[in-house]
Amino acid sequence: MKIEIIDLRKSFNGQEVLKGVNLTIHDRELIVIIGRSGVGKSVLLKHLIGLYRPDSGSILIEGEDIFKVCYRDVCRLRERFGVLFQGGALFDSMTVFENVAFPLQEKTRLSKAEIRQRVDHALEDVGLTGVEDKYPAELSGGMRKRVALARALITEPSIVLFDEPTTGLDPISLNSIHRLIIRTHKKYQFTGVVISHDIPQIFDIADRVAMLHDGRIVEVGLPEEIQRSENPVVKQFITGSLEGPIKVLQ
Amino acid sequence: MTNPVRLVGRWALSEIKNMGSMFIFLVTSVGHIFIPPFKFRLMLRQIWFFGNKSLLVILLTGSFTGMVLSLQVFYTLNKFGSEALLGPAVALSLIRELGPVLSALMVTGRAGSALTAEIGIMRISEQIDALISMALSPKRYLIVPNLVAALIAFPLLGAIFDLIGIYGGYVVAVKLLGLSSGTYFSQMQSFVNMDDIWVGVVKSLSFGLIVAWVSCYKGYNAGFGAKGVSRATTEAVVLSSLSSILILIWDYFIGSVWV
Repeated sequence: MKIEIIDLRKSFNGQEVLKGVNLTIHDRELIVIIGRSGVGKSVLLKHLIGLYRPDSGSILIEGEDIFKVCYRDVCRLRERFGVLFQGGALFDSMTVFENVAFPLQEKTRLSKAEIRQRVDHALEDVGLTGVEDKYPAELSGGMRKRVALARALITEPSIVLFDEPTTGLDPISLNSIHRLIIRTHKKYQFTGVVISHDIPQIFDIADRVAMLHDGRIVEVGLPEEIQRSENPVVKQFITGSLEGPIKVLQ
Repeated sequence: MTNPVRLVGRWALSEIKNMGSMFIFLVTSVGHIFIPPFKFRLMLRQIWFFGNKSLLVILLTGSFTGMVLSLQVFYTLNKFGSEALLGPAVALSLIRELGPVLSALMVTGRAGSALTAEIGIMRISEQIDALISMALSPKRYLIVPNLVAALIAFPLLGAIFDLIGIYGGYVVAVKLLGLSSGTYFSQMQSFVNMDDIWVGVVKSLSFGLIVAWVSCYKGYNAGFGAKGVSRATTEAVVLSSLSSILILIWDYFIGSVWV
């Protein structure tokens, strides 16, 4: 599904976080949005599913403006999304099985046996077996992300949003989550939006990379184009340099 | 000169905005009560949460309230030679006022704050966002079960409080003060009527609604981080207690009309 973000603006308590974001995300591509912490990447992502309403601007999902359609249509659009939240956002009062089965139980009329089969399959897909009866608090950070990914993919959504899927993970877990994203993207052919600042690993997973800085998309292109970019902001960010146009607290 | 005026104006506007937002929250949540699918399992779980976990404290406060009431009222009635009216006096005080009020205050302290913290944590750990992103209404899953559960559990807890309080009063009156058990109960039967019970039930219902409403609202709109949850929890308890005072005042007016 194609997503168009048009001149999106959003302020919090008088502080403008998004200052006119323009970005087109093509059908079935995996785009990674990079940028410094606190620059508004997660805010942008939450606009995509209508968790935030912008001050102005629009987001078109297959031509439908998510902020202009009625509540029922927003729900219909949301059903086509899967979201992997930063901390996993697993329901802590439910077991792993109940968490992954939840969207199916609530949104479909599948039988118990079919749901069991789908959940087992989804957990296998993310490399987790034998943890169905555990609670999220009993799992490691990496395992929680995998369960969250299984839950996000269980309804086979057309668009999957990943909000910093590797935050707080060790390098090995980080690479395994990235590999998982590539594998599931290939298998399910969804349009993927990944928020991340894992440089350089994201260049291996992205079809395209966009950089958000100072409330705007300052550059978007193929991973190799971004790596070769002459834009001083992009250059400073991907090299991690302290010198450059991005102000750093010393 | 304009600054204090501006400050007061800003405070007043923000309070009006908060009240409006609380009212809209209640109206939309109540609206969800009547729209299927109904979450009966969640409702049962929350009735257990309000009821079972508060039962011990209700039993303790109920029995001692009845006992103290019996002791004090006996002392007063004794002066007029009307000890025979001790049963109805204890029962009416408990059923019309003390049962609903004290049981509600006990539950607010225990379950109200826990409810705010639980929903607040779901807010900051993005579990509420996860529900929305699945095209599900968080109000149906988190707020409605609590509202319905409170509307069922509060009158039941109030009734248990009344019952145990009346028996506490009985123990003091009959075993300690030497009143005959027949006098204690027979007079009660002739003086307590259905209207008295309805007053208690209506009070319990209003307390239940207020406690669940305030606790859920505060948790649902908790600020960022653990600090946000802790502030929301404190605010919920303070607000619920203030509401209890307001309800007491309101009860007085209802009581004066509904005699």
